[in-house]
Amino acid sequence: QVSVALKEGRVTPTELCQRCLSLIKSTKFLNAYVTIAEESALKQAEASEERYKRGQPLGVLDGIPIAVKDNFNTAGIETTCASNMLRGYISPYNATVVQKLLDQGAVLLGKTNLDEFAMGSGSTDGVFGPVRNPWSYSRQYKEKSVPKSHSEDKESNWVITGGSSGGSAAAVSSFTCFAALGSDTGGSTRNPAAHCGVVGLKPTYGLMSRHGLIPLVNSMDVPGILTRCVDDAAVVLGSLAGHDPKDSTTIQDNFKPFELPDLTDVSKLSIGIPQEYHVPGMSSEILALWSKAADLFQSAGAKVVEVSLPHTRYSIVCYHVLCTAEVASNMARFDGLEYGHRSDTNESTESMYAATRREGFNDVVRGRILSGNYFLLKQNYEKYFIKAQKVRRLIANDFVKVFRSGVDVLLTPTTLSDAAPYVEFIKEDNRTRSAQDDILTQAANMAGLPAISVPTALSERGLPVGLQFIGRSFQEQQLLTVAKWFEKQVQFPMIQLEEVKRHDHDVFQDQKSTSFS
Amino acid sequence: QNVSLEVLDHLEHPALVDFRDLEGVEQLQKAIQFADQLHEVNTDGVEPIDSVLEDRWCLYLREDDVTEGNYTKELLENAREKVEEYFVAPPG
Repeated sequence: QVSVALKEGRVTPTELCQRCLSLIKSTKFLNAYVTIAEESALKQAEASEERYKRGQPLGVLDGIPIAVKDNFNTAGIETTCASNMLRGYISPYNATVVQKLLDQGAVLLGKTNLDEFAMGSGSTDGVFGPVRNPWSYSRQYKEKSVPKSHSEDKESNWVITGGSSGGSAAAVSSFTCFAALGSDTGGSTRNPAAHCGVVGLKPTYGLMSRHGLIPLVNSMDVPGILTRCVDDAAVVLGSLAGHDPKDSTTIQDNFKPFELPDLTDVSKLSIGIPQEYHVPGMSSEILALWSKAADLFQSAGAKVVEVSLPHTRYSIVCYHVLCTAEVASNMARFDGLEYGHRSDTNESTESMYAATRREGFNDVVRGRILSGNYFLLKQNYEKYFIKAQKVRRLIANDFVKVFRSGVDVLLTPTTLSDAAPYVEFIKEDNRTRSAQDDILTQAANMAGLPAISVPTALSERGLPVGLQFIGRSFQEQQLLTVAKWFEKQVQFPMIQLEEVKRHDHDVFQDQKSTSFS
Repeated sequence: QNVSLEVLDHLEHPALVDFRDLEGVEQLQKAIQFADQLHEVNTDGVEPIDSVLEDRWCLYLREDDVTEGNYTKELLENAREKVEEYFVAPPG
């Protein structure tokens, strides 16, 4: 819709850019952004405006303000991964997906906050501090909050965004941008999307280039897309997917961008409900919503079947071993010599390396490096790493079997509950939290499958809850078509934020959901 | 199963993060314990998987042609200690 507005001249790219930049400033308390690229964004907006004036916009994304998670390289802009290790690191190049967005005329507003090196499920463990979920400040949440007997401190019961792409999710949710890039290794795009009431898409592994995305787990990482509606996600996917000669893990098949049909007949659809996703610790609210969603499909004529993915419960353990092992390898590049933080110790190369890494990494990262190296020791390699790779195959095969049996798409919850208050969340350590929170999202990364979280309803506390659809490899069109149908049925409410209302922009008003497609 | 000091020493070398404090060792023990659950799974006859894309054979070698380069200046910019075109490390 905003794209149409740009084309019709109802709003100009520079106006849009300025509105977003000013909104970012007034929502600074969310801590969603690490770096704001004001100057370059305005220049990009001006260039876009010129193109619209000449009637030659580059495409739907021309002039659209976007944000990028701070683990993607962005030329000339600091890229930190929310770690001391990379503070001051100015990327010499753009990640492929960032370049593609810029080539389409998108306006890069800034880099968003995350858990350090994308390790975490709360966006609470980065050096720039935690990200606050915009819904903490929504009328919907405030109405349901139990007022405290002593003077109410509105600051104390804010909820987390989920993670690790929390900054991106918060940025999209609070209207400061129209789309954002996240990354997804264990659920890092879908988890915060569910908690922040936005759409979070994890594409099939191999569909989108990882070149320039600072890697966590090379065999599972994918760039993620966060938007306010499914159609927007399809548009962004369309401009980003495809083979990249700079990333040899991208498939070579030709990718054709697609538009999503408005599905009216779901009778030919088969929805699978994996019984193992009914995990202990899942809130009764989410269970009820999941069930309601299944009924929705059934009443509309779709075939809804219970299926089994027997190795689900081992996915977190498997992930634990493979992730720490790959992390140990990927983090080895940070030694202070070529870029990033460097310790002042000058005794020897090794002591400099060790001190640099102790100073640069937080405990979570160091812990994973240590564990990973343990599993990779010669004496442990077969027992842990190879074993985990075998279990991974079993997990991936579970999905193959289910899809082969005729199921088109799986329906599961995305998270165990709605967003926790920060003070509650930090009571447990990062590893425990990640193990708990990743359980519903992780297996899709194991198997490399596409998955999307769609905002479904508000919880009793007035916070968003999302449901997840998992599709077949490279069948994003089918997956998104189903997601779009579902989105239309549930009519998820728009967040009512005071800060946004004050910015009386006609593009934001009177639209059911602010989207650009 | 306790992680011996010998193993820990051995570990610090490739990891290059010192974890001498008790907390580090405890964390590692917990991580190992957690990982041990893997052994409950019967993986007889199962091949380890390196990449989910193995069926598509997409890992390829490209032609040995230079397509870009000469970024010396850009690459040196982010290094703290350098001399001419060298990254400088402390001796020893």
